[in-house]
Amino acid sequence: MTMFGTFDVAGSALSAQSLRLNLTASNLANMNNVAGQPDQVYRARHAVFRAADSSFGDLMKDVGVRVLGVIESTTPPVERYDPGHPEADEQGLVYAANVNVMEEMANMISASRSYQSNLEVVNTAKDLMLRTLSLGQS
Amino acid sequence: MDPILGVHGSALLFRAARMDVLATNLANADTPHYKARDMEFSAALDGLRTGMLRTHARHIEPPQMAAGDLQYRMPHQPSLDGNTVESDLELARYAENAVAYQASLLFVNGRIATLRQALTGRSS
Repeated sequence: MTMFGTFDVAGSALSAQSLRLNLTASNLANMNNVAGQPDQVYRARHAVFRAADSSFGDLMKDVGVRVLGVIESTTPPVERYDPGHPEADEQGLVYAANVNVMEEMANMISASRSYQSNLEVVNTAKDLMLRTLSLGQS
Repeated sequence: MDPILGVHGSALLFRAARMDVLATNLANADTPHYKARDMEFSAALDGLRTGMLRTHARHIEPPQMAAGDLQYRMPHQPSLDGNTVESDLELARYAENAVAYQASLLFVNGRIATLRQALTGRSS
């Protein structure tokens, strides 16, 4: 149960954080998308995390992190008056993606820091396991 | 307590188990409503020190050190989403635990070297 579990737990976190980083990248890439209809424009996507097992107290159980799903932000798209735009509707409005750049940058930094610390966990655990394997050889 | 390896065999098990717990905390650093957990070395050591020796097959098992009790951590600054993991502190504890693990490993290694020397009658 022990030690190998550390790799599973940290590995689940690594994949969850890299998914989060991916979503941030696609949000930032589509930041300037506009569309003629409010329901056609790109919406910011965010991952929802959940502890893989929430029945706490059982020591033998390793609790990694699980991605429950990806949700689209429900904030309404930004209306912009741009009658010259080819996509503009009859009122001259276009609808821009509801990506909040500040939020995305903060998310990116948080994800990359979490990724780093989990990587360090894996490295340390690997180190200790290798040392344990060479126990008694002098 | 192991008659050959002393307390350090059990200490290794405890450290490995605690490593799992701390890794779990770090993995869930961004999970809403997750509560950080930890186990205490001194409590596990006390459990081991009750002084019960198993000299008969029908005696009850003395407590194992690895089965330390998990407890919720009291956070200094809980975050808005109900998460109580403080990544920097957890990482520091993880490093401390890794060093303690290596220390126990060193003691066990020394013990094995001593025994080997006694068995073979020559050093190394």
